[in-house]
Amino acid sequence: MAAVSFRDVRKSYTPELQVIHGVSMDIKDGEFIVILGPSGCGKSTLLRMVAGLETITSGEIAIGDRVVNNLEPKDRDIAMVFQNYALYPHMTVYDNMAYGLRIRGLSKDDISVRVKKAADILELDKYLERRPRELSGGQRQRVAMGRAIVREPQVFLFDEPLSNLDAKLRVQMRAELQALHRRLGTTSLFVTHDQVEAMTLAQRMIVINAGRAEQIGAPLEIYANPATVFVASFIGSPPMNLVPRDGRLLGIRPEHLEPCAASDAMLTIDVDLIEPLGADILVYGHVGDRDSARVAARLPADALAQAGKLALRYDPANVHWFDPKSGLRST
Amino acid sequence: MVENRPWLTFFSHTVLILGVIAVAFPLYVTFVASTLTLEQIMQVPMRLLPGDQLIENYSQVLTGGSTKGSKAAVSHMLVNSLVMALVIPLGKMSISVISAFAFVYFRFRLRMFFFWMIFITLMLPVEVRIIPTFKVIADLGMLNTYAGLTVPLIASATATFLFRQFFMSIPDELAEAARVDGASPMRFFWDVVLPLSKTIMAALFVIQFIYGWNQYLWPLLVTTDESMYTTVIGIKRMMVGSDSANEWNLIMATAILAMLPPALVVMFMQKWFVKGLVETEK
Repeated sequence: MAAVSFRDVRKSYTPELQVIHGVSMDIKDGEFIVILGPSGCGKSTLLRMVAGLETITSGEIAIGDRVVNNLEPKDRDIAMVFQNYALYPHMTVYDNMAYGLRIRGLSKDDISVRVKKAADILELDKYLERRPRELSGGQRQRVAMGRAIVREPQVFLFDEPLSNLDAKLRVQMRAELQALHRRLGTTSLFVTHDQVEAMTLAQRMIVINAGRAEQIGAPLEIYANPATVFVASFIGSPPMNLVPRDGRLLGIRPEHLEPCAASDAMLTIDVDLIEPLGADILVYGHVGDRDSARVAARLPADALAQAGKLALRYDPANVHWFDPKSGLRST
Repeated sequence: MVENRPWLTFFSHTVLILGVIAVAFPLYVTFVASTLTLEQIMQVPMRLLPGDQLIENYSQVLTGGSTKGSKAAVSHMLVNSLVMALVIPLGKMSISVISAFAFVYFRFRLRMFFFWMIFITLMLPVEVRIIPTFKVIADLGMLNTYAGLTVPLIASATATFLFRQFFMSIPDELAEAARVDGASPMRFFWDVVLPLSKTIMAALFVIQFIYGWNQYLWPLLVTTDESMYTTVIGIKRMMVGSDSANEWNLIMATAILAMLPPALVVMFMQKWFVKGLVETEK
């Protein structure tokens, strides 16, 4: 296990095409960090730079107290889980897990002990002699994790490992990942575009947009205090409402809006769509004319929602203000 | 088709049966001729039922060739053909698989230039470059040797191209996973790329075995010594002149012998062959 630090890490493919614009961060030993961002924001590139699969244009990445910029992936003491698992199709589950250990010259007995242990943790004991194509998606996912675990690396790198699974399995694997991290306590970097995964797995997360780290912090802290308009509109489902007011942007979470009498209204919307979810009701509407700010409100299940005008009020303590030009928080 | 249309069934069967007759009848005639005496063949019309000379004819060609034309034993020719038909595919594959690996997994200077150089030779069949090739082989003293028979046919753009296309379809993540696992490029080649190429290699082997076995023009040029004849050349050398001078029964027996090995290879490798063409295990 080891700490990982980024010092002004940059990546460009050509002088004009820069994809990572200086990321700095210190990851503590044993921390579970989620790198969150929309597709194409550079989050996978950042992870692959840690793995050594992409070169670092400038800046430094250190694992433990070693700067790893010029080390081959195998010398960085990391293990990676790929989005499509990248299992060797012609090898059995056992061989898939053992391959890296064999290359490192471990003895047969050592390998067998380690693989059995990993198979035990991941409940793969019954499948050790099978080939990857004879396994289900969730089992393949587990083999990919097993391959990472047996190496007992300093850092785990996960590149959207759950995105090829169906929704139910994803929830289950999320829980297993959490349990695994509690058990092994290995520093982990997890890339995803799914904010629910990020919120539930991360001890801290880093929100990336267009190659820049928009905010770094604990999930709830980021949810409660988004640093930029991007973070406010990316985190939360539905995301934070952003309504222009007095030359600034007023941000308010859907769950902080409540219906009220027309005379008390702080915000009045024209309702476009009502989605009853059982536990609560989502009401979507707009303020003023159709093209202006869209607003979503999460109302209690017994609220009377109907088409037409809806008067809403909020506690001013829950309001966030943003500067529309810079996109930064302004209070 | 799931529809039940009697006329269509009748029509398609007729076409298929006619096709089978067109392909199989000459083969049958060849076989029948190889079991007759020369006099029986010369009768008009030739009888279409197998005769009693099967063992005589075949043992004659296997041990002593024809009596009027080439007297080289066909058994020795079969060995020559086999050597040629094995060395060509094996040589081709070992060279192309490694060069395709270089093209797909390494970035080196002039990579695309070299690839196109190889690719362009696809457009030049052996026949086009046969005179310069013959000159080179002759100057190197490789006439009437196995090396002379096989080396010029080993260089192959087709196989390189085929392997390149196949390697490009192997997901990049596999190479990356192997890198993270600590495998060197050649280790990755041995442990991952080669096992994955098994089926495509089998398909290529079948095609190239038949290609090597059926070579005619090149062995005709480089072999003048009877002991180096391949079977196909042997058939040609048994024909000495006018129609009636040839021992057709012996020539037909040799033709049957020449057809058997490729047919056996296709039969035994068929499962792998089809697999290699249609399925990739990824």
